Amino acid sequence: MSEVVLEVKNLKKYYKSPNGTLHAVDDVSFTIEKGKTLGVVGESGCGKTTTGRTILRLVEPTSGQVIFNGTDITALSKEELRKMRCEMQLIFQDPFSSLDPRNTVRQAIAEPIIYNKILTDKKAIEDRVIELMEIVGLAPRLINSYPHELDGGRRQRVGIARALAMNPKFIVCDEPVSALDVSIQAQILNLLEELQDKLGLTYMFITHDLAVVNHFADDIAVMYLGQIVEKAPAEELFENPLHPYTKALLSAIPIPETGNTIQRIILKGEINSPIDPEDECRFAKRCLYATEECHKKTPALIEVKPEHWVACCRCGELQ
Amino acid sequence: MNKEYVLEIEDLTVEYVVEGEVTQAVTDLNLKVEAGTTVGLVGETGAGKTTTALAALRLVPDPPGTIRSGRILVCGQDIMKLSQKQLYNVRGQDISMIFQDPMTSLNPVETVGDQITESIMLHEKLKRPQAWEKALEMLELVGIPRTRAMEYPHQFSGGMRQRVVIAIALACNPKMLIADEPTTALDVTIQAQVLDMMKKLRDQFNMGMILITHDLGIVAEICDEVAVMYAGRIVEMGTLDEVFNHTRHPYTEGLFNSLPNIKNREAKLQPIPGLMPDPTDLPVGCAFAPRCRYATEACKAAQPAAHHFSDTHFAACTAYEDPSFRIERSKDRE
Repeated sequence: MSEVVLEVKNLKKYYKSPNGTLHAVDDVSFTIEKGKTLGVVGESGCGKTTTGRTILRLVEPTSGQVIFNGTDITALSKEELRKMRCEMQLIFQDPFSSLDPRNTVRQAIAEPIIYNKILTDKKAIEDRVIELMEIVGLAPRLINSYPHELDGGRRQRVGIARALAMNPKFIVCDEPVSALDVSIQAQILNLLEELQDKLGLTYMFITHDLAVVNHFADDIAVMYLGQIVEKAPAEELFENPLHPYTKALLSAIPIPETGNTIQRIILKGEINSPIDPEDECRFAKRCLYATEECHKKTPALIEVKPEHWVACCRCGELQ
Repeated sequence: MNKEYVLEIEDLTVEYVVEGEVTQAVTDLNLKVEAGTTVGLVGETGAGKTTTALAALRLVPDPPGTIRSGRILVCGQDIMKLSQKQLYNVRGQDISMIFQDPMTSLNPVETVGDQITESIMLHEKLKRPQAWEKALEMLELVGIPRTRAMEYPHQFSGGMRQRVVIAIALACNPKMLIADEPTTALDVTIQAQVLDMMKKLRDQFNMGMILITHDLGIVAEICDEVAVMYAGRIVEMGTLDEVFNHTRHPYTEGLFNSLPNIKNREAKLQPIPGLMPDPTDLPVGCAFAPRCRYATEACKAAQPAAHHFSDTHFAACTAYEDPSFRIERSKDRE
């Protein structure tokens, strides 16, 4: 049995809005093992980013537990949390807005080291910055450059170097390549993979790009309106999707080959509102297979096969 | 058979001059679009795709941009020679454009019905009630119930907003439509809906279309021809089958290799090393040579000539001076 790095139990994040309570993350549970990558996919507004941020307690959860290496981080004090965060880092989507435009690459990478008092000696900090730049593949001559002088790929490398500065064990990658061109995207994905092998990192990889997640993740969780509707090892999920939403999602991926004969499942209808959702399957209104049953109760996430979890009332019949 | 071209671009060169520095955005570009077909314009950020599109509507912001040379025929009319007033008529009526972000291309303080009506009244001699009625028909055409015409853009989801933009663009039945990354801001399931709809409308109105995208998956889905742009030039062009299955240009190959393969998750990604050259300082020779694994000294010396592989397929690559040259991707396939 391999070691579980992160365990999330019944995590909820609700926001009050003038029209009611918005269920951004609604009862999400999962575990990630050491050295593995959990891909979290879903469309905009499904709560994947909020889940990632709540795990790091950048957003306070409404309820639920986040257990990291045996410690429940939702119960930590501010000071304890600060120490814990050194081991859990975040890589942001947009390398254009996540870096301070007035800081050079040196300052950007040194900042977390100085702030957390990892190193205090000036020379040691400088050496560490250069070492980190080398790890993420930034040429040493760029050390005095400002973010606006760098292209998107290099900026994202700076973001990764900053995350690595604390020797983290776990990194939430929130759409790390979505803002990049494909040729650069592949460079960054390869870098993240190398770092995982070299440093034994565990990733939670949030993305809307299914081709990327299939390539990158060991396990995949599909989210829809704040809930996980299906979770399985990547290969299993792509070969044998069980939830009607996952099926539609996978069929909608445009494949860069000619003569594809994949039957597109075009979803009709609009997405339910996440504000005060009723106790029913949240996908039922767009689902091709919905029956009365589906509108009665939120289906639970059930393990239908080893490692393959689905939340669908009709999953048994539809297989 | 005589082909009906709704857009012809010949030897287009567009420059931007900022603080005395000349940025070569598009260089010697030739492109023709036939009625009822779609040409995919593919390339990375800064390749000149959007500038090409803007030039086709004579919308390149001037200053700093200038159309240095070239001829642009929209439905046979040379738009470089038209007056502002004539241009107003051509835009919207003959050629129309959809922009990437539906949020910024709609007016937030006007109902969607009014916005469509406005564009109809500009081009067709209709009274307001008739124009309004036509606007409602357009909404239905793009799959939005007519009852929602009195609503404002913020009341719509992203996918529906993009459909409103499409309704505006198509309101006057243009013969040519340029869609600049029309689905990039949308989720995949919604993207599938919108692409499906665009395909149907193209066939229904026998429109010519340019689809600008960086997503080769979308190209495979709806394009008949593909033009791959790099640093302001078309480096490879051909039918969908030619470019995808008989790829000739090393850059096109690089794009394919960078994509995660959905059918083989173990396949290693092969990024294109390096970066696109600075457009203010383009090399004398092939702009892709510094990143190209097949590059030789000859590539750096002069602009590569176009090598034709069929009537429709060419690649601008010096390596084909040697007739036996093949890139790796085509070796596997032929």
